[in-house]
Amino acid sequence: MHIPDGFLDGKTAITAAALSTVGVGVALRQVRRELPPRRIPLLGLAAAFLFAAQMVNFPVAGGTSGHLVGGVLVAALLGPSAAIVVLTAVLVVQCFLFADGGLSALGANLFNMGILGAGGGYLVFRLVGSRLRGLRGQVTGVAFGGWISTVLASIGCAGQLAWSHTVPWSAGFPMMASVHMVIGIGEGLIGALAFLAVQRTRPDLVAERQPTSTGVLPGGMVRYGLLAALGLAVFVAPFACPWPDGLEAVAAKLGFDAQATSSVVHAPVAGYRWPGIHSAAGATALAGALGTMVVFGLALLLGHLLVRKPTQEPTKAATKEPPC
Amino acid sequence: MLKDWLGHHHGHHDSLVHRLPAAGKLWAALAIIVGSVLVPWGWHAWFIGVSALLLLVAGLSRVGLWFLLRRLLLLSPFVLGVVLVNALQAAVPGAWLALAARSAICLFTVVLLSNTTPFGKVLAALRSARVPALLVTTLALMHRYLFVLLDESERMRRARASRTFERQRRMRWHLLGTVVGQLFVRASERAERIYAAMCARGWK
Repeated sequence: MHIPDGFLDGKTAITAAALSTVGVGVALRQVRRELPPRRIPLLGLAAAFLFAAQMVNFPVAGGTSGHLVGGVLVAALLGPSAAIVVLTAVLVVQCFLFADGGLSALGANLFNMGILGAGGGYLVFRLVGSRLRGLRGQVTGVAFGGWISTVLASIGCAGQLAWSHTVPWSAGFPMMASVHMVIGIGEGLIGALAFLAVQRTRPDLVAERQPTSTGVLPGGMVRYGLLAALGLAVFVAPFACPWPDGLEAVAAKLGFDAQATSSVVHAPVAGYRWPGIHSAAGATALAGALGTMVVFGLALLLGHLLVRKPTQEPTKAATKEPPC
Repeated sequence: MLKDWLGHHHGHHDSLVHRLPAAGKLWAALAIIVGSVLVPWGWHAWFIGVSALLLLVAGLSRVGLWFLLRRLLLLSPFVLGVVLVNALQAAVPGAWLALAARSAICLFTVVLLSNTTPFGKVLAALRSARVPALLVTTLALMHRYLFVLLDESERMRRARASRTFERQRRMRWHLLGTVVGQLFVRASERAERIYAAMCARGWK
């Protein structure tokens, strides 16, 4: 999902870079305010951990394999602001040392995996956690949030590629979304199992992060939500909108109408606006909704299977000494 | 394979390009990449000029053209896939060629930069460019302990392989999840020790 250089045109790269700069700035300020000094080295170590964990491949149907992104796992363990800083470090190192993901696309990758993925996924984690109390709710939340974050990031990626005219939305979106709906299951499953393993060995690491009063979101969440919504409105809404003037309205609002009215933009949008867009959009929406519901059911089932007694489990685990 | 790549980042070579100031190389690479992304495809002079410059720098750096090309090929499957989709679907003929040229130039620039500049110097350049200190510290710590944690996960893999007799399909996911969780626990315990060591040496 790392977009290389050259795939995004100037307006997309600059818009994404602006959104992520604001997001990372907010995250850094929140971390400085919230994180106790003794946890500062943990940011660097968590980034190194995420890098090592991304080397772990898991099998996906059809002989291919996916790997963990881990944004929601880190967000559940360290908080969303710390997760965004950690993902920034991972992406910068991957870009500089391994040329994985482009320098000019760093903003876009950061937006997709950090703000949309980790921020959006963490929001889902908290929503599930507020409905379903205890460890069972947290495990279900990590599983479902992990899946959502993978799918959201892939949709953001497809939107940016479409806005740059690199891959048309009609080809990119179904491909990216369907592949990542499958990969996301692995992400959610491994995330939930890893979260549970951390909880079983060092319950204090997990307990430190959990909110004392439910319903209060940690600092910065509202701003990440706004940034994610703004980004989705710019990158995805023009294509996902069934209304014919969606692109033009957004383009005019943002002052990009000069580029947008040139013939290159108009052709692909006009091409698949009319022929069967309503049925196609309806079918896509229906498939997406069904898939989301099925995955939520699977996450609930996973939570029930992994955590048998949600009320007694934490106390039992707390008394257990960590191995080795 | 990873170790081979990383080995090349720690300066086996020395040349004129390696000795250039890191900040200058960083900004030049950034300028080349931003330029190649923004410049319209019609400006052939830019693309030819930049390619010639990159080849010249690659020659001067003595990194080895074959090594650089191998790195390019390892990274390009995704690029080739998207270029193929673009070639089949795009409204503008020849757009795929522009796409391939732009990505190849940018990839080559980053590979060249990372193979001639130690990461520590890139960090120093970032710090002097007023990137927030917290982010630079995180990057520095990550770079320092990246290899330690990779070794740690390799040790865990070896220990597991020597103790489990057969790999059951059902257990595989559980194993993966436990390994990732255990790695996090070890990373955070290491972070606690590092903090104690930092304080003992007067950090704060």
